[in-house]
Amino acid sequence: MNQWKNFSKGLLKENAVFVLILGMCPTLGVTTSAVNGLGMGLATTFVLVMSNMVVSMVKNMIPDKVRIPAFIVIIAAFVTVVELVMRGYAPALFEALGIFIPLIVVNCVVLGRAEAFASKNTVLSSVLDGAGIGLGFTMALTILGTVRELLGSGAFFGMKLISGDGLLLFILPPGAFLALGYLIVLANMIKEKTN
Amino acid sequence: MEYILIIITAVFVSNIVLNQFLGICPFIGVSSKVETAVGMTGAVTFVMVLSTLATYLIYKAVLVPLDLVYMETITFILVIASLVQLVEIILKKISPPLYQALGIFLPLITTNCAVLGVAVLTVQKDFSLLGGVVYAFGNALGFGLALITFSGIREQLDLLKVPARLKGVPIAFIVAGLMALAFMGFAGIV
Repeated sequence: MNQWKNFSKGLLKENAVFVLILGMCPTLGVTTSAVNGLGMGLATTFVLVMSNMVVSMVKNMIPDKVRIPAFIVIIAAFVTVVELVMRGYAPALFEALGIFIPLIVVNCVVLGRAEAFASKNTVLSSVLDGAGIGLGFTMALTILGTVRELLGSGAFFGMKLISGDGLLLFILPPGAFLALGYLIVLANMIKEKTN
Repeated sequence: MEYILIIITAVFVSNIVLNQFLGICPFIGVSSKVETAVGMTGAVTFVMVLSTLATYLIYKAVLVPLDLVYMETITFILVIASLVQLVEIILKKISPPLYQALGIFLPLITTNCAVLGVAVLTVQKDFSLLGGVVYAFGNALGFGLALITFSGIREQLDLLKVPARLKGVPIAFIVAGLMALAFMGFAGIV
């Protein structure tokens, strides 16, 4: 039961994007379409799960003073794995996400979970925590991507629903800020209702 | 002239925060007061220029000749992290007043994605060494411009009656959106 909580809290209650306001750069930068949001979210989830797992395994071997650099190296290793795999198997997505793939290293969500959770908990809890936070992040990015794509080009996951141009603003940078601002309001309202 | 163009492009046309979405965490996190925004800008400028210089040299002199370009991410973040530590130690020793002003911001900078982002973009865009340093400096200025302007607006915003649900982060994002809209007006100048 407790393990289920470790997993599920990341989805809504401690959603990285809508509640904790972390990992904003990829959230705003890549969500011009739903597919990009989903891809970025899954890449980050992979890094989160793997780095949480390794950090929780080696937590007792790392001297306290150098733990942050050590965490960063572990995270960077998995980011490099994602980079190479994506370049090989999904080159189009790799192009679209561009600079934000190497920047998963400095995503505060990933380092934050390593420091706040994985360095204090067991391997299983840490993996579940990483998966939960990662899927919550993926969900948020996909929602934001869907909203921007729908408003900006009238399409849903690349399928054209409305012919003609949409409100171009939502594909452009200002639309990212505006859409996210209002989605946070919406998330807060939903949270209030459920409590 | 070439360098002036690089700076104008980095500051106004493709502003690192409002157009490229790098360094959003400090942009939202340390922008509630103008004073802290100025301190953060100083620290970022310092580290961004130094780390771009260091990563550029390492990339060209070590990674490319040894065919280790795929180690870019891991090398760059290590260089930046150790550089930040080094700057902190040196600053503490030689200039205590400057350390007082910038010190608390330095640890935050390791995970500022703008710093790593600019380092990666500089080697991607294949600048010359001087061009890369100018590019880093321009981006730091752009970061400062966005951050300080934004914190000025947020100070005023505290005095206004904002609808309860929009208070805090949501209104900050909406203001940032309007600022990004304003910066799009620069799109045609270069």
